[in-house]
Amino acid sequence: MEIVLIGLSHKTATVELRERVAFTAEQACEAADQLRSRGILEETMVLSTCNRSELYGVPSEVSTNSSSAMELFLASFHQLSPEELDQSLYRHRDAQAVRHLFRVAGGLDSMLLGEAEILGQLRDSYRVALDHGATGPVLNRMFQNALEVGKRIRTETEIGTRPVSVAFAGVKLAERIFGKLDTHKALIIGAGATSEQVVRHLCDRGIKHLRVINRTTGKAEELASRFGAEVVPWNDLAPALEWPDLIVTSVSGSDPVLTRAMLERAMAARGNRALLLIDLGVPRNVAANAEGLYNTYLYNIDDLTEIVEQNKKVREAEIPKAEAIIEEQIEKFMHWQAGVAAGAVVGELRAKLAAERETFLRERLASMSHLSEKDRMQIGSLLEEFVDRVVLNPTERLRGIPELRRKVQNLEAVRDLFRLDRDKS
Amino acid sequence: MTFFVYATLFLYVASFVLYIWNLREPSKYAGLGATGCLVLGLTLHYYALLDRSRMIHAVPYDDVYGSLSLFAWLLAATYLGLEAFHRRRSVGPFVLPIVIAVFLLAHASKIEAVKAPPADGPLFALHVTLNILAYSAFALSFVLSVIFLIQDRRLREHKLGIVGWRFPALDVLDRMARSSVLVGCVSLALGMAAGFVWARRLLGTYWDGDPKVIVTVLILAIYIAYTLLSRTAAWRGARASILCTFNFLFVIFSYSIVNRYLSHFHRYF
Repeated sequence: MEIVLIGLSHKTATVELRERVAFTAEQACEAADQLRSRGILEETMVLSTCNRSELYGVPSEVSTNSSSAMELFLASFHQLSPEELDQSLYRHRDAQAVRHLFRVAGGLDSMLLGEAEILGQLRDSYRVALDHGATGPVLNRMFQNALEVGKRIRTETEIGTRPVSVAFAGVKLAERIFGKLDTHKALIIGAGATSEQVVRHLCDRGIKHLRVINRTTGKAEELASRFGAEVVPWNDLAPALEWPDLIVTSVSGSDPVLTRAMLERAMAARGNRALLLIDLGVPRNVAANAEGLYNTYLYNIDDLTEIVEQNKKVREAEIPKAEAIIEEQIEKFMHWQAGVAAGAVVGELRAKLAAERETFLRERLASMSHLSEKDRMQIGSLLEEFVDRVVLNPTERLRGIPELRRKVQNLEAVRDLFRLDRDKS
Repeated sequence: MTFFVYATLFLYVASFVLYIWNLREPSKYAGLGATGCLVLGLTLHYYALLDRSRMIHAVPYDDVYGSLSLFAWLLAATYLGLEAFHRRRSVGPFVLPIVIAVFLLAHASKIEAVKAPPADGPLFALHVTLNILAYSAFALSFVLSVIFLIQDRRLREHKLGIVGWRFPALDVLDRMARSSVLVGCVSLALGMAAGFVWARRLLGTYWDGDPKVIVTVLILAIYIAYTLLSRTAAWRGARASILCTFNFLFVIFSYSIVNRYLSHFHRYF
């Protein structure tokens, strides 16, 4: 029950190569079919995202060449030469392969440490493989454990809680002031890429009241139509400030778009309700002297960048906790795997001893013609009972060893002493 | 000190440590442990109060220490209700030190049998319990307002830090403080009404000139003013929290100076 992994990721391969080795869901199923029909793997699972393509498998036979066969297959499937892939591939087996998968699930191997998207992608890929019948008991267990690891790391550590993008940091700040955003209102000044990022995050966090204002109304309408927001004409900027709880500005221009006087008027009109101003413009869109207005919180791009840097450090500090969870889960998985292997070894041992007994009886009883059929059967069953009694204790002890390393060593010893693998092959 | 006092103290301290732990490094187990210890602490605290009452042959609020112990119990219970309602544990580390300090003050004292009270009965018990509950709710609103002011300042100065991300949102803190004050105002109003009826039955008059009553009416008035002002443009936000913090000074004044030096009847609550 070996587990083999080959793959490449943003850490080992260029984006051009990653694009060429990417799998669609259909291709993943096709690859699984081919790998099994060619007898390379018994169980297969393809994980393909924009940052990685990985092939997990349980080889049909314990063979040192399964990894090479998978590499050759991967190259031929994507019409590449093996040499093109060779330098970019990583190869892991057994515990190392499990550890790699668990790290991926926990976001520890992601480009953005602790990002949550990978867990959803992993779940989707696994579902595709499961529905297609490509996985088996080993990979099912391994991927279910990986999903559990990902969930635990996200709930038991802070690796994914702090925002590490400026746009998301702004939205999370709004939550520090207003709590849930679903009943609050946001005004987005500007309709560029930065504004779109903010709007996307706001929508993800459940905001329902959104207005967009831009010098070019067409762009504002385009952005608003995609997110179900309202468009406000640029000339109505000053009165529009009375409406929202959160204002995000990201427009170009040398002069501030929002002056202190405009904000003072707006705050008076809105009864001093708290207002968060997130100024993502460079040069700044909110006049510097607007800082300090009662019940307003003003953050510019530098303030948010500083928060992001702090949060990155916090995420890095959470790595040891995440690694501890991974090690704990690896231990559990390996125990399960060893338990299954122990069952298989015991079964093989019993089968081998039964075959030996039959041979022994046949050889020895051949010269004892005076024995009746009944006697022969009685001797046979006595011998069977004796062998069962001799084997019972060692097999139970083998199954019950709590320490993983000792269990694996003893399993290997039994295989070796009774030549179970040799006989199998 | 009895077994129940030691056990309660241990559980409150354990709860405080776990709340701090949960604030520093959020963990499901630390959070559940903190709440669990607080629930168990409250249960044992109830028995500690009962034990004390048996020893002095009177209800807990017939001496200043018993009254303080009941205050600590009601403060912890009110906080627990608030935690369950808002599903936030980050305020716990600020409430528990007050609970522990008041509990220690109450139970570290030498217990002496008190004189039989001039009158008691369910109405009197209701009057006292509701008033102490009101003070506990005001204490809680004080803690919440202080946290609001700290968090508001950190947000304004762009220094949220690590712990700042774990506190409830300003809006939530504001609502928690206001709901706490509301509980306090309703309890105090009902408690005072019960007190007036009880005084009428005992003394034949609703008020015999005790300054404590004037101070309590004043406390009710300033908290009602806070409730109304905190929704207006001029006071919304940090100013309302400053007002709430300031109001609590009156409660302390009432509980200490007025009880000790000015009141004839209200010596202990």
